[in-house]
Amino acid sequence: MNPEKVVFGFFILLAATLNFGFCIGEIDNPVHHSPYELFAAIVVNLVATVLKFGDRTQIGATQLATSLVADLGLITAAIIWGVSTYGMGQEITPHAMAAVVSFASGALFANVTSVVLLVAETVTMRR
Amino acid sequence: MSPITFLIMRRMRTPLVMLICAYAIAVLGMVLVPGPVVDGVRLEMSFLHAFYFVTYTATTIGFGEIPHAFSDAQRLWATFIIYLTVIPWFYGIGAIIGLFQDPAFREARTRQGFVRDVRRIRERFFLVCGFGDTGSLLVRALTERGRRVVAIDIDPQRINALAIQDYDVYVPGLCADASLPESLIEAGLPSRRCQAVIALTNRDHANLGIAIAAKLLHPELTVISRVGTRDTAANMASFDTDHIINPFEAFAEHLAMALRSPGTWLLHEWLSAVPETPLPEPRYPPRGGWIVCGYGRFGKAIHRELRRASIMTVVVEADPDRTGCTTCVRGRGTEEETLAKAGVFDAVGIVAGTDDDANNLSIVMTAKAMNPALFVVIRQNRHANDALFRAVGADLVMHASDSIVHEAIALITSPLLSRFLARSRRETNAWANEVLSRITAVTEDLVPDIWEVRIGDRQARAVGRAIAGDSVVTIGDLLRDPRDRHRRLPCVALLLARGETITLTPADDQPLGFGDRLLFCGQGRGTDPMVWSLQDDRVLTYVLTGRQLPQAWIWRWLERRAAARESI
Repeated sequence: MNPEKVVFGFFILLAATLNFGFCIGEIDNPVHHSPYELFAAIVVNLVATVLKFGDRTQIGATQLATSLVADLGLITAAIIWGVSTYGMGQEITPHAMAAVVSFASGALFANVTSVVLLVAETVTMRR
Repeated sequence: MSPITFLIMRRMRTPLVMLICAYAIAVLGMVLVPGPVVDGVRLEMSFLHAFYFVTYTATTIGFGEIPHAFSDAQRLWATFIIYLTVIPWFYGIGAIIGLFQDPAFREARTRQGFVRDVRRIRERFFLVCGFGDTGSLLVRALTERGRRVVAIDIDPQRINALAIQDYDVYVPGLCADASLPESLIEAGLPSRRCQAVIALTNRDHANLGIAIAAKLLHPELTVISRVGTRDTAANMASFDTDHIINPFEAFAEHLAMALRSPGTWLLHEWLSAVPETPLPEPRYPPRGGWIVCGYGRFGKAIHRELRRASIMTVVVEADPDRTGCTTCVRGRGTEEETLAKAGVFDAVGIVAGTDDDANNLSIVMTAKAMNPALFVVIRQNRHANDALFRAVGADLVMHASDSIVHEAIALITSPLLSRFLARSRRETNAWANEVLSRITAVTEDLVPDIWEVRIGDRQARAVGRAIAGDSVVTIGDLLRDPRDRHRRLPCVALLLARGETITLTPADDQPLGFGDRLLFCGQGRGTDPMVWSLQDDRVLTYVLTGRQLPQAWIWRWLERRAAARESI
């Protein structure tokens, strides 16, 4: 067992699950989407991105790309949330909430791709 | 992506993960810790404010307690996060700075810069391996002719010396073992702009490695290599190294040539000297008894060549057993006694050929004192002693680096010249004297300029078109002055190469064909008028027929009309 692989797999899966957890629920209902979960998803995604740095293989490069896409989606979601709350000085509207969740769902897609790549790599290695 | 980016990303993994974790803990804590109570309402901090606060705290900017004055619990947490976040920041910055100072990283960076510099060269360039005495001379000679050069040397000090040299064009230098294929590839060996590899390291084995790598990785490339022993020379010749320069053998051959056929030797001297300098005063070595001091590689080569020219030689050697010298006078040659025993009073020439400059100078001074009429040949080993060798007044100075550079420059700048010289060695002395007299007729005491013309090239566009249009162009036509076709340009055609056949000093009425290559020599600037006839159709027509073609379109049209009317 390679501890590096454990940490790597842990973060990738955690990023995907947190992201999924945030996205689930009615798309425009703020009650269904926890800001804490979005925060956790962003942090875990960032860590996963950094862990993918410096891998020179083709699959490593694709992994890094999916992570960067997920980061982009989640951070955009967070910025929309922040701006629509504080920029407008009011409670978040269902419209803004839907935008936040849809960006996060886009990131979820990237995270799922990342997991698929991880599984594919593990299956081909068989060690 | 470049290796440097990977190196940075790899090294920054830990600091970045630490920083992200510290931020996450700090922001989450700030959101969870209860805030102050204002007007009976407990104010919680949102993620936005928490992130804002942590950002300016972690980077030690510290705007204060924003948006409200903190509660005690928040202050407690803020104290904690100052330590929590500032430390990873410094750690990250320290890691980056440490990385930039890391020797491995710096080497990777200079290597990458070198590769980029080489790739950016848009002209054809030469790859010089070994930047010692010889290499630096060659690089200077090439850059002065406006050629691009890439240099490799294993010694970092020499590469540093290269960096502070003031060349006319930028010369990228790499500190690496040139016998490793990887270094050669980085230096642009496989590039189609690389024109020739010149292996000048002082180890025969490294030169051999470079020659092999060059032949395997880029077979069309010209490979020029220096060798010290005949073994290595034979080895290199076995896999078609284009030019093998053994400075000692070459010099010995020259000396023997000077003794055997002075005309051929003088022709060599003139054509391989630096153009536009005064012609070297011929100093013909006399025939008679010679003394050779030192029986190393140089002494052996001289001895063999002199023997072949059937000249009596006496060898003086301090250590006959080690050098394998059977019949020689034992001694260094620096003492009067040894020289007297070697017959210095009856000899006509002496060769001071040991590998120690001080000894060579001493031999020459002693011998000159004993027999002032001696013809003196001295071997110089180090460039630093230039002033001493000029002062000692030798008739011929043999400097290995100089000979290599001369030969390499001739090979690189004009491949036809080296073929001409090689062929001229097989001709008679009388032939050489005749060529010499033709050259002196046009050069006026200056070393002649040498240039090549290839029919059909861009430089000879007009001639190519004329031949394609069924006109006959002869060498004599090219030698006509474009200003007045009855005058001759001050040039001599030395050689005509058509495919593999070579004609020395071709006749004036020799018609030219497509792809012919010509070697001319002549007075400096003799090239300029010839370029007109080579490139300009109208000038060429004038030179061929004496007719001035109209230049403007309207006159051409009128002439065509006139011609059409005549033919009716």
